[in-house]
Formats: sequence, C-alpha cells, structure tokens
Amino acid sequence: MAEPMRIRATMTGDVADVKVLMNHPMETGQRKDAKTGQLVPAHFIQEVTATVGGTTVLSANLGSGVSKNPYLGFKVKGPKAGDKVVVNWTDNKGDKNTAETTIA
Amino acid sequence: MNALRRNVLKGAAGASTVAIAVAAGLLKPTQAMAAWNAAAFDAKNVGGAMKGLGVSAPVDSKDIIIKAPDIAENGAVVPVEVTSNIAGTTSIAILAEKNGTPLVADFTLSGGALGFVSTRIKMGQTSLVRAVVKAGGKSYTAAKEVKVTIGGCGG
Amino acid sequence: MKKQMIGKLLMGMAGLGIALGAVTAHASPEGDRQELAKYYTSKYPNIKLEDYVYGALAFDADSKSQYDAIMEFPPFESEVEKGRKMWETPFKNGKTYASCLPNGGNQIAGNYPMFDEAKGKVVTLQDAINDCRTANGEEAYKLNDMKTMGVLTSYMRTLSNGMIMNIKVETPKAVAAYEAGKKTFYSRSGQLNFACASCHVQNGGNRLRSELISPAIGHAVHWPVFRGGDSLVTLQQRYDGCFKQVRAVPPPQGGTVMNNLEYFHSSLSNGLPLKASVFRK
Repeated sequence: MAEPMRIRATMTGDVADVKVLMNHPMETGQRKDAKTGQLVPAHFIQEVTATVGGTTVLSANLGSGVSKNPYLGFKVKGPKAGDKVVVNWTDNKGDKNTAETTIA
Repeated sequence: MNALRRNVLKGAAGASTVAIAVAAGLLKPTQAMAAWNAAAFDAKNVGGAMKGLGVSAPVDSKDIIIKAPDIAENGAVVPVEVTSNIAGTTSIAILAEKNGTPLVADFTLSGGALGFVSTRIKMGQTSLVRAVVKAGGKSYTAAKEVKVTIGGCGG
Repeated sequence: MKKQMIGKLLMGMAGLGIALGAVTAHASPEGDRQELAKYYTSKYPNIKLEDYVYGALAFDADSKSQYDAIMEFPPFESEVEKGRKMWETPFKNGKTYASCLPNGGNQIAGNYPMFDEAKGKVVTLQDAINDCRTANGEEAYKLNDMKTMGVLTSYMRTLSNGMIMNIKVETPKAVAAYEAGKKTFYSRSGQLNFACASCHVQNGGNRLRSELISPAIGHAVHWPVFRGGDSLVTLQQRYDGCFKQVRAVPPPQGGTVMNNLEYFHSSLSNGLPLKASVFRK
C-alpha cells in the first residue's frame, strides 16, 4: 500500500547530509471528505528511525501536523561515502515502510 | 470461524494479554505501542505538549536557529529548519503554537547526528513556530513567528 | 454584439494605458513580446528577465526561498512518477505516445501550441497527446481531468525541461489565431470586468490584497503546477480558474478561445526555458 520512500545521502566534508521524502497522506482526522462530508480518519506516520552504517542516528516521533508526503533532513558527522543509510517508518494504523541507500 | 476469535484462542495459549487484546480488536495497535508519545502529541496547548515532552521552564537560547518563512506560501507545507548549536544536543522538538495540537514532531538524535533537522509542517494560522532542544539534561527554546494567510489567487 | 466587444476592448486598452498597437491586423508577435519585456524590465530594473519564469516569486525573496526548499525534494514526486508510468505504458495496440510525437516527445513542449495549417486551428500539446490516443484506438482524455491528462503531462512535460519556448506565428491564419488570443487576453470580462492584462500586464509585481501578481511574461513555461505541493493544475485549468475569479463563464478547455489564448500567451514567454511540475502556493 505505501509507496516507496526516497532517500538521498551525500557527503559534504565529513558530514553526511541525508534527505528523506516519504509518501503518506498524513491525515489529521480533522479534514472532511469533499464528497461524503464525513471526517477522514487520522492516518499519519508516527515513528521514523534512521541508521547509518548500522548505528541509530535519528529516532523521531511525528504528529499529523507534519505535511503530507513528509520530508526529513538531518546531518551526521562521522560516516563515509558508501555507508548504508536505512530509514524505517510506522504509522498509526501499524503500516510500515523501509528504504535504504548508500551515501554518495 | 471468526478470524479474530481464532486469534484470541491461539493467543490464549501463551501470548501476552496485550497481544490477545490487540488481536481481539479490543486495543488498537496505536494504543498498544509505548513508543509514540500520545500525551505530548494529543496535548491541545503548548503547556500540555511541553509537559508531555518532560520539559519545564526551558531557557531561551540564541544558539537555536529557526529557519522558517516570514509569510507561509501555503499553510499546508511550511518548510522549517532548526539548527541547535548547543553542545550535546540530544533532541529537537518542533511546535506550532496555535495548531489544534501544537506538537508537530520530536527528533531524538544520536550516533553522531548533528543538532539539525529540516522538515515541512502544517500551520492552521499565524503563530510562533517553537523549537525545544534538550542538551546535557537541560532544555532550551527559541521561537519564530510565521504568518499564515488565507486565500491566494491560484485556481 | 461584436461592436460592443470591440468598444469594450478599446476602452479596456485605453484603461490599461499601454501603447501596444494591439488592434492592428498585422502585428508582430515578437514585437509584442519585446515591448512587454521592455515595459517590465524598465519598471523593475532589479529583476532579470530570466527570473520572470518564477512569476510572483521573482518579486519576493521569502516566497522564492520556500519554493527552493520545496523544489529540492518535491512532495509531488510520486505523482509525477505516476505520470511516467502512464507515459511509458503502451496502448492496447502496442504503440506508445513516443511513437506519435516528434522526437519521441523529448524537448518538444516549447513548440506548443502550434498552428496546424491542415486543421486550420491551434493545436496544444495536450491536443497532440489526445490525437495520439485516438489514432491508436484509445479514448481521448478530458482536458480538465487532472487525474489523467494532468498527471500524464506532469511527467511528459518534464521531458522538455530546459527547452526554450519557441512559439511560431508565421502564416496569415496563424497570425489571425494569435490576434484572436491577444484580443481575449486584453478584453475585460466577467462581473469584475477585468482582462487578463488588467492584472498580468498592468499590475504584474503589484499586490492585489495580500497576493503578489505575476507578470504575463514567464507565465506559460512552468506548467503544470502543484499548488501547495499537492494539487495539480494545468495551464488551461488555470485559465478556467481565472475566468471564474473575475466571475465570467469560462470557455471550454481545448476550444478555439482557450487554445488561441494559450497560443498568444505562450508566445509572450518565447526565449525563456521551460520547467514542468513546479511548486506554487
């Protein structure tokens, strides 16, 4: 169901610059469906974790106030080009998604 | 046989009560997960969110830099970047003070991650965008006003 | 009725205070474009002509910086991906869009709309896509259906990213269509009695309440847009919106009025590079 997330990771000096674009509606539960007039139930990513070279670097809690198709950017000092970046997310319905890339 | 009932019967053999309750649909998966900080995220005001984050009286800090627009192009997607130059930053939380539930995201940093996060947030109206940083067992904060207008010509 | 329209047009022109010699039958499209470019570059000497592709954003750094932040990793990438799948999926008969369109669809969008002498009318890129569909036994897409034509062109037009807008108006019939489009552009209409030019020529760079108005030069190169990073709008869908906003009944998309308007409007952006599927508020 969930579309693949995209990760871009590049080195700038000794810092790995990681950008993630996730695909998710991030419904707050406050929006009314235009056709039915009913509230669209809350459906949003709640947890995101990221590892670089096997080390956890980011553990995030998100709320529905994060924009649709969430974007996350973070920086890590220490990794090298070629190290693996893995990102996982879980949403409030228990759906999960994972993606990985290597630092360019 | 009802699938849920089968799960419950299977679970009864040795699984935890939580697992059984989840399988029986009595407990939603979200309620069973301890990791997501519902108390903080469901809080309807900044005070409640801070309490949920375990933060009281954070110190105003000029070492927290919030990059966010003066006037949001579209309140649904406001780019916000927080840089914390405070040594030993372990977490950065972002709040939109006037949102129905102000806490937007809480980032815990480890393993060499710098005090920096970038994301896009929803804002319902003009408000302060606040960052709360935890470092060395203490908490710090900074805020920047972002104006949100209604309208736009775009058809 | 026609007299009324011309009368209105002339009143509208006078009200705009811009001497473009628009009502002459033998106008030069390139001359029109150059005059408009000169009008703007002298009014706003600090804004480079090439930055007009950013529309209102060229006038406001705070807005432009949000655009840059979002365009770095656009939230609508997955929609454009859907468009790519649509573009690459063969028709039932095994042929593809690439087989119909010049150069396989690459670096062609800047040539559209073009005047088709054989058909005796203006053809937009969307029309060409639909012609390809019907020639291969498929139903034409509705032009106002963002889920089909919108999504398809959100990808397809990116194949022409960087191409310089190059609208040709060369034959007498083409000139007539261009002139008709120009007349529409400069004619007041709707309850609010605005012409396209009222905002986008006379008031480009000014504010209409809280909104910064974009100049007509640089408009046609950056479509479709994803409003709020999410809501897809094609150029003629935007024309439709503009007509409604001045409380006029919009002409049908893909019809003569809309296509002639797009023909004229696009030629104003000749010389500027195309970039499809961009963020707007």
